[in-house]
Amino acid sequence: MTDNRFDFRLYMLQRLSALLMVPFVLVHLGVMIYAIRGGLSAAEILGRTQGSLAWFAFYGTFVVAVSVHTALGLRAILGEWAGLRGKARDGLSVVIALMLLALGARAIWAVTMGGSL
Amino acid sequence: MSQPVVPSRTRADGEKLSVTLERGGPDGASYRQTFDVPAYDKQTVLDVVSWIQQNADPSVSYRFACRVGMCGSCAMMVNGVPRWTCRTHVSKVAKGGAMELAPLRNLPVIKDLVTDMDAFFDKWGAAEARHHPSQTRDDPIAAIDPDSPERQIADAAIECINCAVCYAACDTVAGDPDYLGPAALQRAWTLYNDAKEADPEAVLDAVTAKGGCHSCHSIGSCTAYCPNALDPVSAIAGLKRASAKRFFGARKR
Amino acid sequence: MSRALKRTMSRAHPLWLAYILHRLSGLGLVLFLPLHFWVLSLALDQAAQLDGFLALADLALFKFAEFGLVFLLALHMFGGLRLMALEWLPWSSRQKTLAAAAVAGSFLVSVSFLVQAI
Repeated sequence: MTDNRFDFRLYMLQRLSALLMVPFVLVHLGVMIYAIRGGLSAAEILGRTQGSLAWFAFYGTFVVAVSVHTALGLRAILGEWAGLRGKARDGLSVVIALMLLALGARAIWAVTMGGSL
Repeated sequence: MSQPVVPSRTRADGEKLSVTLERGGPDGASYRQTFDVPAYDKQTVLDVVSWIQQNADPSVSYRFACRVGMCGSCAMMVNGVPRWTCRTHVSKVAKGGAMELAPLRNLPVIKDLVTDMDAFFDKWGAAEARHHPSQTRDDPIAAIDPDSPERQIADAAIECINCAVCYAACDTVAGDPDYLGPAALQRAWTLYNDAKEADPEAVLDAVTAKGGCHSCHSIGSCTAYCPNALDPVSAIAGLKRASAKRFFGARKR
Repeated sequence: MSRALKRTMSRAHPLWLAYILHRLSGLGLVLFLPLHFWVLSLALDQAAQLDGFLALADLALFKFAEFGLVFLLALHMFGGLRLMALEWLPWSSRQKTLAAAAVAGSFLVSVSFLVQAI
């Protein structure tokens, strides 16, 4: 594949990350509706997630897909609505992806592994 | 019994249309100029522009040729919507006896209502939207079954008149100067499905390069405004489908 | 209304509205995500801080914002699925309409069951 196929590969990544997230979003919405009954408390949330490798893997994968998908969506908007081109647009998109990844990783660590240390 | 004599085409009430043109060229700032034009019972938008140019201001520039929806040269923005003006009746688009005309969106203005369509046509070339022959003139003419599903898909878009209405309607073209646009991509899809096309993979190469079919957000303004009721957004979806399949290793033939 | 906005709206049609809803819901979610992640990471420092925030979340304004976010997420996901079906499935538009209606219907039914069950 030549380099001018770059945008097309990003398109595939955008669509595949979206497909990957469909089951995650459905489970996330389900958990959310389940969790908010009777109000939210830190103890309740942490009781469910703390030390759970399953939730760590679930939300870990979710955060990676979200970061990629979000940065790609913003890349299109930065080009079409903000007029950014080339390296400025790609660089800013990578920074956004890394920032979301870092914030998301910290959040997951906090609710699954962090408190148990 | 004699009937009152009314000229066969003008309206009995002598009503006028208020028509605002967006004028100017690439060098001067654009400005708006309003003309009062006599209203007729059967009157196209192109008739109105011609009346202005012939009776009010001979310096008004516009483009047309066939006046019957074949040549694709008279498209303009009418009240913000791209239309073929020779087949658009004033009665359908005027609002309260007023109408705003502007040059086609997404193309540089040469003067008044005339745009430079080079970018639009250059992108047909960039989309590899030209036939790669599979035979020579010495071969017998290939028999094509007009009812075969593949030919039906190829036939769907052959009535395109290159008027650039879809190009002017497209918000993705507006935001992304690299984007090839609906007309060029639709023609690429037609060629991709043509049994006589020698190199469909070259077509896919072109439409997956920078600014290709993947830039489309399926907004569908091309299909909504195509004067020939063609469906470019579905053609572009076909290209996306074909190139996604190829991404996973599938080949056409 | 500015002339540019007026002209944009004069070109609006149902698929265009679907596009703009998809884009704006995506932008809304982008703005929300960092806040969401930050609130959860409060648990790392001390659960009391998170509880303080969650008590805040009981306020009517926050309830409204939360509902808005869930709505944005559902909107963006179904809008995205619509887009993928449109692009990748060689179905007729009638088949796509039926599929969309079936998905929306089953989602409504399953959410109402879930809400009743808890």
